[in-house]
Amino acid sequence: MTDGDGGLRSDAGGGSRPASRNPDAAAAGIRDGAGAPPQPAGTTAVEVRGVDKIFETTSGHVQALDAIDLTVAAGEFVSLIGPSGCGKSTLMRLIADLDAPSAGTVSVFGKTAKQARLDQEYGIAFQSAGLLPWRTVAANVALPLELHGVASAARSGRVAELLDMVGLSDFADRYPDQLSGGMQQRVAIARSLAEQPRLLLMDEPFGALDEMTREKMQAELVRIAAETGAAVVFVTHSIPEAVFLSDRVVVMSPRPGRIREIVPMRLGVDTRRAARTEELREERGFFEMVTAVREALHGETPVTAGPRGVETR
Amino acid sequence: MTGTADRVAPAEGGRVSRSAPGGLDTRRATRTTKQSSQIAAMVWGAVGIVVIALIWEAYKLLGPSDGVVIAGARVLPRTTDLAMPHVWDMVGRLAEPVTRSPSALPLWAVVGLAALTTLGIAAAGWLVGVIVGIGLALVMQRWRIAEWGLLPWIVISQTVPLIAFAPVVKSWGSRVEIGAFEWQDWMSVALIASYLAFFPIAIGALKGLQSPDRIHEELMQTYAAGYWPTLVKLRFPAAVPYLLPALRLGAANAVVGAVVAEVSTGLQGGIGRILIQFAGQASGDPAKAWGPIFGAIVLGLVAAGSVALLGVILKNYRRTEEAA
Ligand SMILES: Nc1ncnc2c1ncn2[C@@H]1O[C@H](COP(=O)(O)OP(=O)(O)OP(=O)(O)O)[C@@H](O)[C@H]1O
Ligand SMILES: [Mg+2]
Repeated sequence: MTDGDGGLRSDAGGGSRPASRNPDAAAAGIRDGAGAPPQPAGTTAVEVRGVDKIFETTSGHVQALDAIDLTVAAGEFVSLIGPSGCGKSTLMRLIADLDAPSAGTVSVFGKTAKQARLDQEYGIAFQSAGLLPWRTVAANVALPLELHGVASAARSGRVAELLDMVGLSDFADRYPDQLSGGMQQRVAIARSLAEQPRLLLMDEPFGALDEMTREKMQAELVRIAAETGAAVVFVTHSIPEAVFLSDRVVVMSPRPGRIREIVPMRLGVDTRRAARTEELREERGFFEMVTAVREALHGETPVTAGPRGVETR
Repeated sequence: MTGTADRVAPAEGGRVSRSAPGGLDTRRATRTTKQSSQIAAMVWGAVGIVVIALIWEAYKLLGPSDGVVIAGARVLPRTTDLAMPHVWDMVGRLAEPVTRSPSALPLWAVVGLAALTTLGIAAAGWLVGVIVGIGLALVMQRWRIAEWGLLPWIVISQTVPLIAFAPVVKSWGSRVEIGAFEWQDWMSVALIASYLAFFPIAIGALKGLQSPDRIHEELMQTYAAGYWPTLVKLRFPAAVPYLLPALRLGAANAVVGAVVAEVSTGLQGGIGRILIQFAGQASGDPAKAWGPIFGAIVLGLVAAGSVALLGVILKNYRRTEEAA
């Protein structure tokens, strides 16, 4: 928090942000009061407070995360972006309770991360698909439903629906080794959505997809998130992807992994999801947001960057 | 000649291009390839048998009748009819009655019945070995400390030549009597078979149960799946590729164990017994002694083949995640 590179800004609750982002005029109309996510008490999806993560390895310890503060509101779409090794996956694993923080607290929907996991509050898609090779596509998607005792009729209905959504209905009876990497990843995404979780954790889910499928899946994800009102924590390496999808983009820096800056996207509360159509990709405001994230990613710390830094804010 | 070749080539090309793109056709094509590779395997197996028979006869024809002796040690056997009967004599003998008595069954039937008996005993031993082996693997997978504590003993157990103590096992068994249950001699043989069978199964199953990728284990964790659901949905299916060879090895061990234990306990009815009995009659009827030997070989093949059948049923569990 004391490193002066925007650590303070990493707190999501900041109501002062909309004012500081005024120069971004392209977003006309939806600008004012729109930057902050809706955050009435009790609707916080993820709250990360002062989290450090240190890995003890044989060659000394690795500080993967340092003083991370992040709040994700219910229904909010937050992307994590940053160079390889900056701790994005680690942060996601802490939220998913697959690892425990060395210091600080992680809570999900007001519960401890562990309780949230036991209560099945989130769905997760890993960096690699992680399908069970001996199960067909349909059986893979059905796995969480099966484990949680969903009746077989309801299960097959839901699976058909999910496969239709990711465009793999024709491949329901195939095995993972008969699919391309991108198709496998789509199955994994369908699986993560199976139980309509309130929180989706996605670690570079579209990394293996071709550009066309990727854009289609992005639009699908926006639609799904809007429909189900799910909050999404989304790790990506693609700036346009982060800009297109997110309400806020969390820019991280490596060694130790810190939040360098949180860049709010220009879209407003009400129009947040609805406005993210394909046309958005061609708008000027979109490119300005891309530039803002790029500068946060590559540039100097916003405090010392002078006029440019102001602009990115 | 060229004309024929020209006519053949396009036809083949046409078939290939038609079957390539469609999903179903591709699958049918792979199945045909698999079938033809199975046929090829059978052909090669038959060729192997013929080659062995030819080598046998060739050596018998060309080799010195006293064998090849180097520095006092006979490195190649005698080629007399007593030591090496002709292949056709051995095969022919199978069809003849086992003794001169008019009611005697043909040799192959006697050998076959004995082999079935032994197969039954070996199967019982194998089953016990499977249960004990997988049970031990489960315990070792569940508790690291059990792995440290048990694994060395499991390895050491195999250095104890239980077969050598077969008569002792038999006499222990004869003292077991629980209510209506009475220890039978064949159970001693099955016990020894299971003793040899459980080892590869325990090791293979442990390796298999420990084999799931971290990502899959963590996936189950995110589903808040406990020990048993994880075992059923993840560990056992993932263990199949390790279990199948282990089960096959276990089956082979069970057969060997059963045959040898029959010999050393003197159990009647099995192939081990007639193996010894007919070998004793070899001076008068050398071809007859080979009957039970062939029987034992077939027995081993049947045992291993049955497990291979299990592998066919479970073939989908041998897939990997990588795209083909
Ligand atoms: N289990 C572990 N043991 C030791 N070090 C680890 C472990 N997991 C992660 N790290 C270290 O923590 C740092 C952050 O890793 P992490 O996987 O979170 O990066 P990332 O931002 O997801 O990178 P990428 O974009 O390449 O996926 C890296 O330096 C990595 O070496
Ligand atoms: Mg990562």
